[in-house]
Amino acid sequence: MFDIEHYYEAKSVEDAVRLLSEHEDAEIISGGTDVLVKLRDGKGAGGTLVSIHEIPSLHGVYVQPDGTLEIRPATCFTDLTYHPLIQKYVPYLGEAVDTVGGPQVRNQGTIGGNICNGATSADSAATMQTLNAVVVLQGVDGVRRVPVTEFYTGPGRTVRRHDEVCRAFEIHPEDYVGFTGCYMKYGKRAAMEIATLGCCVRVRLDQSLSTIEEARIGYGVAAPTPIRCPNTEAALVGKSVTDEGIYELIGTGVLDEVNPRSSWRASKEFRLQLISELAKRSLREAIRRSLNHEAPGLAAPDEERR
Amino acid sequence: MESVGKSFVRVDARGKVTGEAKYANDLMPKDCLQAKVVRSTIANGVVKSIDISEAEKVPGVVKIVTCFDVPDIQFPTAGHPWSVEAAHQDVPDRKLLNTRVRQWGDDIAAVVAVDNVAAERAASLIRVEYEEYDPIVTVEEALAPGATPLHPDIRKDNIFVHTSFRTSPDFDYDKAKERAIEEYGEENLIEVEGVYRTPRISHCHIEVCTSWAYVDTNGKVTVISSTQIPHITRRVIGQALGWPIGKVRVIKPYIGGGFGNKQDVLYEPLNAYLSIVCGGRPVCLELSREECISQTRTRHACKGVLRGLATKDGKLLAREGDIYTNKGAYASHGHAITGGITTNFKDIMHDEYGCRSDGYSVYTSSAVSGAMRAYGVPQAAFLADSLTDDICYAGGFDPLKFRMENCVPPGFVASNGITYYSYSLKECMKRGAEFIHWDEKRREYANQTGPIRRGVGMGIFMYKVGVYPISLETSSARMILNQDGSIQVELSATEIGQGADTVFSQMASETTGITMDKVYIISTQDTDVAPFDTGAYASRQSFVTGKAVKKCALELRARILDYASYMLNRPAEELMIWRNNICEKIHTGDPVPERPARDQAEEKPAEQNTKKLALGGSYIDNSRNDGSVGESAKYSAWLDGKVKEYDIHDLPNGEAAILRDTGVEKDIQPGEVLLSMEELAMNAFYSLDRSEHITAEVTNQCKENTFASGCCFVDIEVDMPLGKVKVNNIINVHDSGTLLNPKLAEAQVHGGMSMGIGYALTEEILYNEKGRPLNANLLDFKIPTAMDVPDYHVEFLEMDDPMGPYGNKALGEPPAIPVAPAIRNAILHATGVSMKEIPMTQQKLVAAFKEAGLI
Repeated sequence: MFDIEHYYEAKSVEDAVRLLSEHEDAEIISGGTDVLVKLRDGKGAGGTLVSIHEIPSLHGVYVQPDGTLEIRPATCFTDLTYHPLIQKYVPYLGEAVDTVGGPQVRNQGTIGGNICNGATSADSAATMQTLNAVVVLQGVDGVRRVPVTEFYTGPGRTVRRHDEVCRAFEIHPEDYVGFTGCYMKYGKRAAMEIATLGCCVRVRLDQSLSTIEEARIGYGVAAPTPIRCPNTEAALVGKSVTDEGIYELIGTGVLDEVNPRSSWRASKEFRLQLISELAKRSLREAIRRSLNHEAPGLAAPDEERR
Repeated sequence: MESVGKSFVRVDARGKVTGEAKYANDLMPKDCLQAKVVRSTIANGVVKSIDISEAEKVPGVVKIVTCFDVPDIQFPTAGHPWSVEAAHQDVPDRKLLNTRVRQWGDDIAAVVAVDNVAAERAASLIRVEYEEYDPIVTVEEALAPGATPLHPDIRKDNIFVHTSFRTSPDFDYDKAKERAIEEYGEENLIEVEGVYRTPRISHCHIEVCTSWAYVDTNGKVTVISSTQIPHITRRVIGQALGWPIGKVRVIKPYIGGGFGNKQDVLYEPLNAYLSIVCGGRPVCLELSREECISQTRTRHACKGVLRGLATKDGKLLAREGDIYTNKGAYASHGHAITGGITTNFKDIMHDEYGCRSDGYSVYTSSAVSGAMRAYGVPQAAFLADSLTDDICYAGGFDPLKFRMENCVPPGFVASNGITYYSYSLKECMKRGAEFIHWDEKRREYANQTGPIRRGVGMGIFMYKVGVYPISLETSSARMILNQDGSIQVELSATEIGQGADTVFSQMASETTGITMDKVYIISTQDTDVAPFDTGAYASRQSFVTGKAVKKCALELRARILDYASYMLNRPAEELMIWRNNICEKIHTGDPVPERPARDQAEEKPAEQNTKKLALGGSYIDNSRNDGSVGESAKYSAWLDGKVKEYDIHDLPNGEAAILRDTGVEKDIQPGEVLLSMEELAMNAFYSLDRSEHITAEVTNQCKENTFASGCCFVDIEVDMPLGKVKVNNIINVHDSGTLLNPKLAEAQVHGGMSMGIGYALTEEILYNEKGRPLNANLLDFKIPTAMDVPDYHVEFLEMDDPMGPYGNKALGEPPAIPVAPAIRNAILHATGVSMKEIPMTQQKLVAAFKEAGLI
């Protein structure tokens, strides 16, 4: 039995916002794969939970009229991975969330929780950073939009206010059209794992597929929050994809932009080795996918399947 | 054989697959109270006071007891048979709750409440005042001058026991080295030394440790527990409470694995006590997974300071080892496991001059070490096989050839008399090498460059089947004939997932002549009813309890035939039971020949294209009349594709003395069907003339033992920049005698190989500087997932062992032994880096590869 004193099932986002504003100790629960684990450990025991799990408008993936992809936060990882829009336009995001835990956790855990719990190790985080995803928050004072790159304030902390509910993540066309990417999760085993390090590298090549026009590098666990490596991204622009020097460039470049810490789970030195090595390998795979003509075009609203 | 040796579906398969099988907590009444143990938040010190006033106010709390309330009785917890000699008894070094805190999370109080939420809320409100000492988590800290003795009433310092084993009393490594220099010249010798380490790990059985207890109307305390050892648990509860053992009843339903953790009495005594102090109300004490990892038992962490000496042409001359094990806070299994490590390290290889191995069991303020699958031999194998491969690497020897020439030889007799009767270790190595393409791969992987490299490696082991003569081996069995001619079989060697119920049923079927579908084994042990057995541990059940089953089945068979003789008016000697019928007995083969003279030891070729080897058929006759071995038992070895047989009396040290003379029946086969078992049973129950309820109950003290052995070969890929090891191919080859159920045997090996991979690469319980466990949960304690392991390959070399009741030997524990050293040695082959420590985590590998300049 879990030590939960009060439990509310919100009917709508507005309802959830109201419940949160009425209960100062309340925590949002959706899939429960983080909240219940913490509760079991005594954290938040005897408290109040507000469930957003049954709110219909928080599920699914959609395309807005301008081609912006809209991912609703209560969508579970499995549904994301297998969603046709995700597979067509941002498959590396689907691959990233397919590395979370095991099948049961992926059927239950949601992308909203993955981002909003503020963990640097979240498997969607590095990729969402490179997508410049925008977090849509709805609170007592209305709706606001925060780029995910400005969302985190520290380990386990975000700009989300207590009464705010994440309503969607928006990914704009300029952030996915023409890009390929690759997320590499590094763990101590192949499943049931929290990332020791997560690295997503994405590239957009020129029309002749010979030069890097844009590169994006996102990390989880390389710093107290998920981060980007803007300087190394810039340094890669204009480089030829056949130039083996780009791998050395990315492998050493990122080391100046990260800030991993030592813990009993992994030393700083070890994480730096992974940061460098995974960047090289993710870049190589991202380029391979571009050369394989896997970069998507613009999504249209009529492509919505659900 | 009719039933033994066939792959019957597990008798418990249906219940376990459908979820109908009942485990301890499934049987709990709805009003069962829930208990929570309050744990110390320091690793070493003394509880000065406990304030429970706030906790008592929590609604739903029924009772709170503290370390100041419990009986002043210290008790032992090991799942060993009790020794009637005081000097060999397990050490009583803990109470139900302890004021002297010896590990982080030590049991200092307990809360009983109507549910776990109330119990946890109350536990969080208990205030404890401590006198705190420095934590001493490692062996080095515990042995440092001035370290606090953890059990000053038992030992003056933290060395629990120190033993020294030598191949001969006067063996000394340094003298052996001097002799070697004289004999071979220093330039012709290879010497390797190193400090090798193995980690503390958790069993990770799927069902957590749990029990629930109540006091019945007659004042008997009854504990339903997830245990491997119901009868020993009964005794220990009595000892811990100061109660008569007869006033304690333990019931063991199906359990979700134990791997040795439940071969210890864990919280059953406290659970019984909590029910008693709650007026006999049912109380459940279920541990969390976190508690199972850090507060029950673990595999001993071990440090071996080793040296080895060989000639440059590959002859192993001498080895020595000082081996320290981390016992943790309490004695549990005492020095037995450390003793096992040192003995096995010494015995697995043959040293021309000799070997010394000293073992130190050391108390530390950390999780208690106890039994875990293979009882010290995984540690011994890692130490011995790592040293062996390091010698090979230094000398440029092929590790397979070196082991072939220097491993434990056929006919090995241990210093305690245990003899290796049926030897096929070298043939196992040959099979494993063939499967992995050893010679080709050793060449192919010789001169690799680049970040990803491959290697092949091997590990070997030898494992004693039971614990005789180190300890008592005793077992009882009961069989009851039903009115339809079927039988019940009741034992107390417990089913813990290993398939014991199934193979015991096969044995009963084999020997009685009643078919498997009419053999009903009673899976639940209730100590008020079930005959005595010390339980499921070692790899003893099929060997030791198997003898009791066989003896009981023979007795039941004799009684059935006696009744058949009455019904048919024919002598029992002319009758036999075959497939649920009484038949005429037809003699086929010749009488078993007399023991051949010593000089007639013969040599015969092994059969081609078959793994099953019939050892002269008649020499090992499974129809002999009790559970013991025949007089004509042989010692045999499978070497170079041929089996050599030697008379048992050729063995050194008068080994034959432990064999008992038995009458051996001639080969027989069924003739005409005379009477069905059903007709016989109905008559026996209801005959107005001679009503007889046919049952049999026997005790068998097993004074036989033998060795099993085997090896593991792996082909791996090392991704050096990421420190990742991928096992591409793996095989275990086992010398475990006749297989009782080949499918179950294979599954047993698969599970062991998984454990071996985890032991090699990822598993280890870590502590912080305060002595608090860091990773006592299944997220951070990394057992391999299905995604981490390759397809498993298994081969068996089946050779009847004369000591086994059906030619069988140990298989339960051995599969876990040779995998970790094989992987370690493959990494050495792939990269030239000699890892001295498991688990070989990615971080440790990356550091080692960097140090070696490989990345």
